[in-house]
Amino acid sequence: MQYKSQAVAKPYFIAAIGLFVGQILFGLIMGLQYVVGDFLFPAIPFNIARMVHTNLLIVWLLFGFMGSSYYLVPEETETELWSPKLAIALFWIFLVAGALTIVGYLSLPYAKLAELTGNDLLETMGREFLEQPLITKVGIVVVALAFLFNITMTTLKGRKTSIVLVLLLGLWGLAVMFLFSFYNPHNLVLDKFYWWWVVHLWVEGVWELILGALLAFVLIKVTGVDREVIEKWLYVIITLTLITGIIGTGHHYFWIGAPEYWQWWGSIFSALEPIPFFAMTIFAFNMVNRRRRDHPNRAATLWALGTGVMSFLGAGVWGFLHTLAPVNYYTHGTQITAAHGHMSFYGAYAMVVLCVISYAMPVLRGRAANSNKAQVMEMWSFWLMTVSMVFITLFLTAAGVLQVWLQRYSDTPMPFMQAQDQISLFYWMREGAGVFFLIGLIIYIVSFFIKGETRAQAA
Amino acid sequence: MDATASQLTQTHEHDEQFQTPPGDLAIWFFILAELLAFAVFFSAYAFARANDVALFNEMQQEVDRNLGALNTVFLITASWCVARAVHAVTRLGQNRIASHWLLGGIFCGAGFLVVKMFEYSAKFGAGISLSTNTFWMFYLSLTFFHFMHVILGMVILCVLWVQTRKGGYGPKNANGLESGAAYWHMVDLVWIVLFPLVYVMR
Repeated sequence: MQYKSQAVAKPYFIAAIGLFVGQILFGLIMGLQYVVGDFLFPAIPFNIARMVHTNLLIVWLLFGFMGSSYYLVPEETETELWSPKLAIALFWIFLVAGALTIVGYLSLPYAKLAELTGNDLLETMGREFLEQPLITKVGIVVVALAFLFNITMTTLKGRKTSIVLVLLLGLWGLAVMFLFSFYNPHNLVLDKFYWWWVVHLWVEGVWELILGALLAFVLIKVTGVDREVIEKWLYVIITLTLITGIIGTGHHYFWIGAPEYWQWWGSIFSALEPIPFFAMTIFAFNMVNRRRRDHPNRAATLWALGTGVMSFLGAGVWGFLHTLAPVNYYTHGTQITAAHGHMSFYGAYAMVVLCVISYAMPVLRGRAANSNKAQVMEMWSFWLMTVSMVFITLFLTAAGVLQVWLQRYSDTPMPFMQAQDQISLFYWMREGAGVFFLIGLIIYIVSFFIKGETRAQAA
Repeated sequence: MDATASQLTQTHEHDEQFQTPPGDLAIWFFILAELLAFAVFFSAYAFARANDVALFNEMQQEVDRNLGALNTVFLITASWCVARAVHAVTRLGQNRIASHWLLGGIFCGAGFLVVKMFEYSAKFGAGISLSTNTFWMFYLSLTFFHFMHVILGMVILCVLWVQTRKGGYGPKNANGLESGAAYWHMVDLVWIVLFPLVYVMR
């Protein structure tokens, strides 16, 4: 570890992994509820399990992004963090607020939670992914701004590299776009229109910048390729991302009441969204092939390559599958969306956070890389989780295709619940794949506790 | 380095000059992505037109072909100026001359933008919008998307102009200039497809 203050990243990474486990457990509960409808009812109804599953995902990724930034920024800017104390304080505030929110979801009826947390002052709740009570939303903004203040001040006093600038652009974008979660017009069309400014412009906009910057950082470290080369590709990738991603928002405007031209704009530009992801794949492999050193941390390299491939498949290919308006007319909101959502979140964001953790954690624990035994175990967990996710995606895709066929495309469309019965076999298989994913995650966690000889050199 | 090795390097350099495209690999990747974006847009246009040829033929009567042709001349001239600028640097090593040519290119690009704005104001004045019908949706979308690219291309030309004024390039050091020029030619090339497709072909 080059800078003492990088150590604040550690609790963030640990919390991220802890919440990740929670997310997967609720995913499994919910996956089972698809086929055994009254499982855990009334303690944990499906809608609550779903909310906890998606909210935990967002929160653990945010912990991961913040931890990664605290690790990356001092090293890139070649200066200590502006305030490590602020970073630690924010960690506890965010963790406690997040935990209280989840406890609120689980222990109170949602309407009661809304009443208790002042939703009548400013109605922001009740919208998919933005279910958080008003006070939690305000808390997220406060934590995000204080976090941004901390790393921006660090950057201002240090070296300003392209990687840090792209990262800051992404993180500031993340905070700014979140402000639209406070805007909830009564007109449902307008509500949905701006709701996507948070949801889409996060995951298909600013988060991709964060992804690019984190990946570029790890690639510089593990390959030793010239910074100039890596930064040039980073610029190409983020330009393509922004052009396709911002106008690509239109692919959510097909059927919500927005003007018809969005069907063209949305289809055309979102059809191009795979390009930056493809560029990222090429980038990762190209840099690793041109490596100038063999970094002892092979697991981190594997995660870097993995995120390159899986983000392209999940976000790029599976996104393209249903992005064209004439296709989306039939597939909108089916299990095909769920298939895309699973692989893209895992491939792009979960994996890049795990990649940074894989690279940074050994360094934070005082060694360049983990022992061979620990790395082998980590790589096993990589393959188990990744292959399980591929199967989850394939089963959900099959379920989705069948669902579209029975419920939407057919001359004699089947009612929703009847169609669901027909595809239950795929839900069972998805649940099975989910269990393997959990096993992979457990092995991942165990790999942190494997001792064995470590290589002496420090990074 | 012995004689053979040095000879080999020279031959290699010589080959490289002719075999690899001028400019940076990254800009070519970017250009190909841009061309792909326009290709998808053009295909969508073709697809939409095939579904309603009569509407497209009727609406195309109202497009100002003369202004479109004038703009084609502007862009081709601009590309010629930029090509001369590259020639001035790579063959003659004259940054000064290159800067004059680039200025010519920038003026032609500005001419294109002015003409286009007259066209837009006429169309908007006639009450045409993105929601009028499919043809006008494409007319406005395609030309505006290209319009934005002309602006970006001009920003790049301005950067190149400043650099040449400072004497920033030479026959062995023209990577930035060639990259920017390649981008500008792409903007020109797209218009050469767009103009006949939207303005002329019926």
